Amino acid sequence: MTLGYDLSDQHAQLRETVRAFAEGQLAPVAEELDREGRFPAELVQAAAELGLLGIPLPESAGGSGFDTVAYAIAIEELARVDSSFAITVAAHTSLGTMPIHLFGSEQQKARWLDDLASGRGLGAFGLTEVGAGSDAGATRTTARLDGGEWVIDGSKMFITNAGTPLSKLVTITARTGPDEVSNIVVENGTAGYDQSQPLKKMGWRSSDTRELTFTGCRVPEQNLLGPRGEGFRQFLEILDGGRISVAALGLGMAQGAFEMGLSYAKQREQFGRPIGSFQAIQFKLADIATEVEAARNLVYKAAWLKDQGRAFAQQAAIAKLYTGELARRACNESLQIHGGYGFMDEYPISRFYRDAKVLEIGEGTNEVQRLVIARGLGL
Amino acid sequence: MNIAVCVKEVPSATSAKRLDPSTYRLDRSGDSELNPFDVHGLEEAIKLREAGHEVEEIVAVCMGRENAQRPLQKALALGADRVVLLTDPALAGSDISGTAYALATVLEKQNADLVILGQQASDADCYVMAAAVADHLRRPLVTQVASLSLEGGTLRAKRQTEHGYDVIEATLPAVISVSDAINTPRLPSIKAIMGAKKKPTDQVSAADAGIDPSRVGEGGAKSVVRSVSPPPAKQEGRRIEDTGGDSAGAIVEFLAERGVI
Ligand SMILES: Cc1cc2nc3c(=O)[nH]c(=O)nc-3n(C[C@H](O)[C@H](O)[C@H](O)COP(=O)(O)OP(=O)(O)OC[C@H]3O[C@@H](n4cnc5c(N)ncnc54)[C@H](O)[C@@H]3O)c2cc1C
Repeated sequence: MTLGYDLSDQHAQLRETVRAFAEGQLAPVAEELDREGRFPAELVQAAAELGLLGIPLPESAGGSGFDTVAYAIAIEELARVDSSFAITVAAHTSLGTMPIHLFGSEQQKARWLDDLASGRGLGAFGLTEVGAGSDAGATRTTARLDGGEWVIDGSKMFITNAGTPLSKLVTITARTGPDEVSNIVVENGTAGYDQSQPLKKMGWRSSDTRELTFTGCRVPEQNLLGPRGEGFRQFLEILDGGRISVAALGLGMAQGAFEMGLSYAKQREQFGRPIGSFQAIQFKLADIATEVEAARNLVYKAAWLKDQGRAFAQQAAIAKLYTGELARRACNESLQIHGGYGFMDEYPISRFYRDAKVLEIGEGTNEVQRLVIARGLGL
Repeated sequence: MNIAVCVKEVPSATSAKRLDPSTYRLDRSGDSELNPFDVHGLEEAIKLREAGHEVEEIVAVCMGRENAQRPLQKALALGADRVVLLTDPALAGSDISGTAYALATVLEKQNADLVILGQQASDADCYVMAAAVADHLRRPLVTQVASLSLEGGTLRAKRQTEHGYDVIEATLPAVISVSDAINTPRLPSIKAIMGAKKKPTDQVSAADAGIDPSRVGEGGAKSVVRSVSPPPAKQEGRRIEDTGGDSAGAIVEFLAERGVI
């Protein structure tokens, strides 16, 4: 008898803290940040003080020393209010910090990990290139050794968190030889490493997304992460873990969209009664409620498997696929319940609707997710 | 100095409050939380420590159910160093007088120079627990404190009244109850939430605490609930529309009719 659905007191309290932060500090400014496309550095720092930027990292590394379930709950709660902020935290933790934590040498950890896990600096992960999206192994960026330094040339596309005032470093994949991909850390401020202006986006507008260019960019040979040639295996492992947080993000968005739809349905009257009394509206909400419940179980289970040290990649891919599609469906239905008001900027559901689409693309498209799941099935 | 903060487990704000029709007691089976007013008490204790007063220990004292763990973990995460949970089936059904006696008996053993309570608990809203506890402890009392400072062995408290503020000084050891205007409680950080697990929680029974069983529980209660009934339905409001600057007069008339002004 070990199956249990109760959260521990600590998990419940973490949810309470993150919810209070999200509702108290994010909700009042989310619309403005979205409209202005402004990255909220001050709120990221406030979240760092609460320990939200290093939840699953050990305390000895500067993190909060909690687990993946806690991390998933936190991302869920942030995304319930503002998914731009949630992706800032998720990309920093899963993509920016984890490579150093998992593959860094003692010296590399001593140099970077504390700043990242405590949230004093933000980390980014640069995998995608113009010619290497779903086919992430097709990296063209090169790094060659010259006098004890890597000389990096190439570019990266759509990279989160690389150009904010808090950005500290990016881990990039680069070709270090024929048929050889390695991960190399490049600190912000290194000569030859440039970030474009923030890209203009349909959603996630207050998260930082840029194109990065490397022109004769020189970093110490010691910035190589793990053994040379391990880059491909390393980024697959990073993406496996990252999927749990993106899945939690989809769950949070669906939950938020659901709550907005439910309260609107109770309060909006047409034909002399609340629209929630019409079966057509009731069924929409009943469907979303059902799917949100299923999604939460998928996400928490993936996180739990990881915390137990078990194989979790398949469950994480399933959760990521399901929640990404659910977030879009839920936001669409919730907006529909809001009618014309939902199309207006004042109603957060319009922002949710725009934000949700990216969950079917980022960190592995729906199609790629199905490929991963099918591979897990032995096909 | 030592500070004791009384904390109570209450039904969470989102759960519906219901009286059990057979016992007339509050149904506590739903989700619970730490009484929000007590959070202000804890915050004030931490602020005293942060302001440089030598606060050796902040102990949170709770009388409640054995499974009040979640609210108590929160008290620890918010900054209490230790928790004492007084729990005993014999205490169930205690009224204000019995509860105050029981709390005071536990508080006496804590060596607290300052005892802080929230001005009310969000379930019973009785507002008098601090006074009853202070009476048992035979200590000076200031209620509904909206601002607090300490100097030497004296506390200086500003309390809100209907007509302004009273500023009251009292010598320690003393008891105060704080209003929710006194501070804005911080959120516990995740490290603090994790750290709470490592802090001590002492669970004591009525006998451990030296409580006279005849003075607590339903048997020891001095008040008896004979019946309960729902509050009268709200009267229909009157809508006063402004049709050319006459609304102020209409409102005055409405209020005067009811003897409010
Ligand atoms: C806001 C945002 C933030 C991002 N942040 C980061 C980041 O921090 N770091 C990073 O490295 N990347 C980041 N990305 C990049 C993201 O991971 C890629 O966009 C994604 O992997 C898809 O790559 P692509 O855009 O090149 O699409 P493509 O790979 O060109 O895909 C186009 C279409 O073809 C389909 N397709 C491709 N291959 C197959 C196949 N074999 N079978 C079936 N269908 C296929 C895809 O599913 C998709 O529908 C971000 C993207 C966005 C939009």
